[in-house]
Amino acid sequence: MYRKKALSVTAVAAVALGMLMSGCANQSGPGTTATSGADGGKVNIPAISKVDVPSAAVLPAGDGKGKCPATTTIAYAGAETGPNAQLGINIFNGIQLAINQHNAANPGCQVQFKKFDTEGDPNKATGPVTQIVSEADIIGVVGLPFSGESKATGNIFEQKGLVHITPSATNPNLTKNGWTTFFRALGNDAVQGPAAAKFLTDKLMAKKVYVVQDDSDYGIGLGTQTSQALGSAMVGSDKVVTGQKDFSAVISKIMNSKADTVYYAGYYAEAAPFDQQLVAKGFTGSFVGPDGVKDDQFIKQAGDASSNSFFTCPCIPGELIPSFESEYKKVANAEPGTYSIEGYDAATVLLSGIDHGKQTRADLLAWVKAYDADGLSKHYKWDSTGELATPDVYGYKVENGKIAPIGVIGK
Amino acid sequence: MISEAIPSLIHAVPLAVPTDDTWITFDVDSLAQNFWSSTFDGLTFGAIYALVALGYTLVYGVLNLINFAHSEVFIVGCYGVFFTLSALNFGPSAPHLPFWAIVGNLLLALVVAIIASALTAVVVERVAYKPLRKRKAPRLAFLITAIGVSFAIQYLIYWWRGPSPEAALTMFRPLPIFDVFGTIIDSQQLVIIIAAVILMVATDQFIRKSKTGRGIRAVAQDPDTATLMGVNKEKIILTTFAIGGVLAGAAALFYVMKIPSGVQYNGGFILGVKAFAAAVLGGIGNVRGALLGGLLIGLIGNYGQVLLGSSQWTDVVAFVVLVLVLVVRPEGILGSSLGKSKA
Repeated sequence: MYRKKALSVTAVAAVALGMLMSGCANQSGPGTTATSGADGGKVNIPAISKVDVPSAAVLPAGDGKGKCPATTTIAYAGAETGPNAQLGINIFNGIQLAINQHNAANPGCQVQFKKFDTEGDPNKATGPVTQIVSEADIIGVVGLPFSGESKATGNIFEQKGLVHITPSATNPNLTKNGWTTFFRALGNDAVQGPAAAKFLTDKLMAKKVYVVQDDSDYGIGLGTQTSQALGSAMVGSDKVVTGQKDFSAVISKIMNSKADTVYYAGYYAEAAPFDQQLVAKGFTGSFVGPDGVKDDQFIKQAGDASSNSFFTCPCIPGELIPSFESEYKKVANAEPGTYSIEGYDAATVLLSGIDHGKQTRADLLAWVKAYDADGLSKHYKWDSTGELATPDVYGYKVENGKIAPIGVIGK
Repeated sequence: MISEAIPSLIHAVPLAVPTDDTWITFDVDSLAQNFWSSTFDGLTFGAIYALVALGYTLVYGVLNLINFAHSEVFIVGCYGVFFTLSALNFGPSAPHLPFWAIVGNLLLALVVAIIASALTAVVVERVAYKPLRKRKAPRLAFLITAIGVSFAIQYLIYWWRGPSPEAALTMFRPLPIFDVFGTIIDSQQLVIIIAAVILMVATDQFIRKSKTGRGIRAVAQDPDTATLMGVNKEKIILTTFAIGGVLAGAAALFYVMKIPSGVQYNGGFILGVKAFAAAVLGGIGNVRGALLGGLLIGLIGNYGQVLLGSSQWTDVVAFVVLVLVLVVRPEGILGSSLGKSKA
């Protein structure tokens, strides 16, 4: 008896499903009735195809005469797994490439490379970092990639005097802790936020920007910086949480605010479903995210919706440097990603120190402090807090399902 | 001097949380403005919670066991949907298929999800709970086992599929259907709500009217007497797990429809916790309570979120209301009474 009933229920469900979806299937253009108020965001900004490389860039190979003990080790600490693992993977592949090139050119100095997984989680990062500082052979570290975990572990490095260069953590407050071992190989969000705001209003011609930030140190810092720089161009703001999957309430607020552009300060794990749901609800404007969103995973997870997206990033498009691109591909079996080249450059700074005989933690730290030379992506010279002088912010867009650089923004 | 020192001291307190200064707003205007859209989104999610909550409630009713692995039964269903639709060439973009082909494909995905979830539920019962029952293990052992099974399945999936969510799968482009007080209801919301309500009513009727349903209620009321009266207790328990799995599988289809990139190894966890809360709110062990609780949890969370101006509050508000309700009615809104419900 139940079986009959179940069958009829299934049939009713099928019919109901059918009635409701009729006609939906063949539409691929934007919805006609449910659109956001203003039609913003369809500004065409051409992609660029090359970037300038400093001619005297220091490369990992050095002069080939490096001598060091066989135990000399540099470490990567950061995400290898976890929801935002891809950014970490981009970085350690960059480091791996630098080390491979160095070791191939310097038979007298074979530097070891060790990776420590933090999952990008501030709560989990202290364990691996404590492990790193206790291993005496590790004299320099590239990491940590994210702002939250960097904040949580900076003191541990500081206590043991171990130099660490972050290739991607952008929260401005990280250099305000009085740490002497922390160096940042890119611009911070006090640079990125205003650059993003200028990009939104001047390039994308956004009149009404809705700012959404997540609950990470990075998202809060960047959201605040961008909101301040946007001033009256911001029509509203909202906050979401790490791990959130449903954004319907935020989206209905955005639709009601008639915003023409959404700026999201956070990582791609949340940005992808957010953008996807936003477009599904009929939003036709642009979606702009920072470096934490700029990743192929974002496009993969947001699908078609991602074609409305732009990114800002204090990172250099390494894929446009042919020598780097082809070598990176051999190591990683993939195109260089966000921060691959920053990871490579950061490792190069440490490796060139080792080649110059700076083979203790104290010597290598002093080396980085006094460093003043070009890397592949930019000039590296840090001030006393560990910030670079005038780093560039690049814009990117999604074009045919790929991330394409559109040049320096915010100037 | 002193008069200057005091205000600065007072200021020192909010500065201790320097992240941002407007983290609580109480925005009634925003709620009024977004009331209907919050309501329909809340109901859509509530319907999904309710379907999952039924699984918790049925098992609790029969075994007095909180089956924490139920969230993984649900996520296995999501993977079922994902693999079926991927194999059918669904991707991140809305498919260009004739309408009936989409309906057919979705029904196939529904069937696969239901089978996957039901099978998982039955295997969990047989492998994890039945041996404990045989040895008359204390209730705490069941609880710990349930949590253990939940993690085991999560990390099996993690080991197999990695930490990233699967690529988004769009089943169809939501089409605006009609307008309620200026809020557009789309086909997706309607499909989910209507299909879920049909399933809920069917489950309710099944428990109330069918022979197996009577068996389930009998075992819930008094397992020993039920056995004496000729009810096959083991078979009933297995059936109960299977029904929970079937509903979780259906919920999985709707969930992936709503959240195309939600298929992830731990993607069922929070949803499971909320569905469990829904079951408790309505009265655990009570089928209609689970339905009511699910819809309420969906609605309350959404209202709270809009009222307080941040998604950070969705879960907080939902759980605060849960606690408040339990203080007044410890049994839940409709009371816990699977066994007592009248035929």
